[in-house]
Amino acid sequence: MSLAVRCQNLTKTYDTGGQIVTALSNINLDIPMGELMMLVGPSGCGKTTLISVIAGILDQDSGICELFGENLQRLSSKEKLKFRAKHIGFVFQAFNLLPALNAAENVAIPLIINGMNRHLAVRKAIELLSQVGLGERWTSLPSQLSGGQQQRVAIARALIHNPRLIVCDEPTSALDHETGLNVMHLLKSVALQNDRSLVIVTHDARIFEFADQVAEMDDGHIINVKNAPLRT
Amino acid sequence: MGDKGKYIGIIMGLTFASLIMTQQPAIFVGLMSRSYSFISDLGLPDIWVMDTKVQFVDDIKPLQDTELYRVRGITGVEWAMPLYKGLLKARLTDGTFQTCNVIGLDDATLIGGPPTMLEGTLEDLRRSDSVIVDIDGATEKLGKPSPIPGGKPIPLKIGDNLELNDRRAIVVGIAKSTRTFQSQPMVYTTYSRAKSYAPKERKLLSFILVKTKAGQDAHELTERIKLNTGLAAYTQAEFKELTYQYFMHNTGIPINFGISITLGFIVGAAIAGQTFYNFTLENIRQFGVLKAMGTSNLTLLRMILLQAVLVGSIGYGLGVGLTALFGYATRHTILAFKFPWQLLVFSGAGVSIICIFAALISMIKVFRLEPAIVFKG
Ligand SMILES: Nc1ncnc2c1ncn2[C@@H]1O[C@H](COP(=O)(O)OP(=O)(O)O)[C@@H](O)[C@H]1O
Ligand SMILES: [Mg+2]
Repeated sequence: MSLAVRCQNLTKTYDTGGQIVTALSNINLDIPMGELMMLVGPSGCGKTTLISVIAGILDQDSGICELFGENLQRLSSKEKLKFRAKHIGFVFQAFNLLPALNAAENVAIPLIINGMNRHLAVRKAIELLSQVGLGERWTSLPSQLSGGQQQRVAIARALIHNPRLIVCDEPTSALDHETGLNVMHLLKSVALQNDRSLVIVTHDARIFEFADQVAEMDDGHIINVKNAPLRT
Repeated sequence: MGDKGKYIGIIMGLTFASLIMTQQPAIFVGLMSRSYSFISDLGLPDIWVMDTKVQFVDDIKPLQDTELYRVRGITGVEWAMPLYKGLLKARLTDGTFQTCNVIGLDDATLIGGPPTMLEGTLEDLRRSDSVIVDIDGATEKLGKPSPIPGGKPIPLKIGDNLELNDRRAIVVGIAKSTRTFQSQPMVYTTYSRAKSYAPKERKLLSFILVKTKAGQDAHELTERIKLNTGLAAYTQAEFKELTYQYFMHNTGIPINFGISITLGFIVGAAIAGQTFYNFTLENIRQFGVLKAMGTSNLTLLRMILLQAVLVGSIGYGLGVGLTALFGYATRHTILAFKFPWQLLVFSGAGVSIICIFAALISMIKVFRLEPAIVFKG
């Protein structure tokens, strides 16, 4: 079994004006390719810090985090940017769409960052938007879309450049139950193709059933990892 | 939407700055060109000869009439004519006095007259006791008091009388001359009549106006005149420059304008920089998202600069447009206003510096931004 993410002895502390907060302490976690890993645990236990390190947007203090066998800390900051642009897709709790761009332009951003011609990128974005059920709405601005629709646009944006890992921080907690489930179905069906892996941070117990594995965190530690826990 | 308000704020700051940086210098240039407009109005002579101590055109140090004949004798001189310029008191029909700028022209040729005649002709000066008055003087300071208290004065017309130094002067023409720093009415007459109006003194010749012979280099001739007469001689351009420099160095005008232009620049920079920076701060999460997704600082810099160029061009366009409008609206007033193309470059450079400054302080923030903020709630 090959690994998408391998974390070994990760630690991360924050210095908040003299007071040291240990957000990650001695984290060991493997995420196999093609699987959906959920990180769960009480607020403040370090979930967001962990996926930030995994996604390469935050540096750990010590330990190693490898993505597809690549240790990001060995890369120059430019190579790291390229790596993120190519291999990682992001989904946020607050959607984080650019308000001045329409749905298709938002979805096209990762392709443009990877150097694709704008016109072509927008065309591909429109195609993908119809796959997530928003084909008709590609000209809409984020403010003209519902929360669920915005999160679909965000998922399309996370997928468009065919990344190998998608990281999601609380993707359903801004949505009602029904919409949250729809978004999870979408993530599970569309995102988890082609050996792609997903890491989803959540404390929404209603969506645990979508996970292949659930890693439970508390106070900066991983206290247990369960396989397909509540699958029915 | 709040963003729209911010945009308008930035553009207003830039518009204000570019307005101040265009309009104030335009007034300054207009005002400074008035310092030598008497020389400009008198276009025909190539060279002005005067006492060596003269510092600018209104600084009269009279010469003896005999100097005229010495200048006429110098090789390369096509003709040389006398010019009287002096401040004399005129008694108006209602008995009040008004100081006038009296210009005496060569009796035979009448060289040195006003640039434009509105009524009558220059030739009318050959009639006895005749004078020509400029329109601004005729309508304002030399006008007769209105029969209605507080009303506009009745303009001086052809046929009206003045008294200059107890001697009668009859208005035979109305002229248009460019405004100068001197606010007194211009009164044109012949040289000999001007001398009779002036208080009796040994020296009354203010300037000698010289035309160079064809093929004669003007500057070279000024050197020859200086050498032969011991007087000062300037080409028309040199005399304008002398006058302009005098006002630049000996009046508060440049400093006053310098202060208001600098203030406009600083206030504009502060408003635009501050709003632009706030704008960036409010959208910092979007920059974080782009950074997390792998956008380089260089690309973000380009985006910010593009924004700056956009608001900068709009603000600059509006500022310059308003300045032009201001110039148009005030074209018939006493206000000095000149808008040479160099001013566009000047204020354009000023607005560009403000925009670069505004973009730069925003850029520092974005450069230092940790992409990890994107996951913060
Ligand atoms: N930028 C930061 N500066 C200081 N402390 C932080 C920062 N980010 C997170 N923390 C602290 O680190 C701990 C873990 O936070 P976080 O990873 O956000 O937890 P979770 O996502 O599980 O709620 C918390 O105690 C939090 O207060
Ligand atoms: Mg969190």
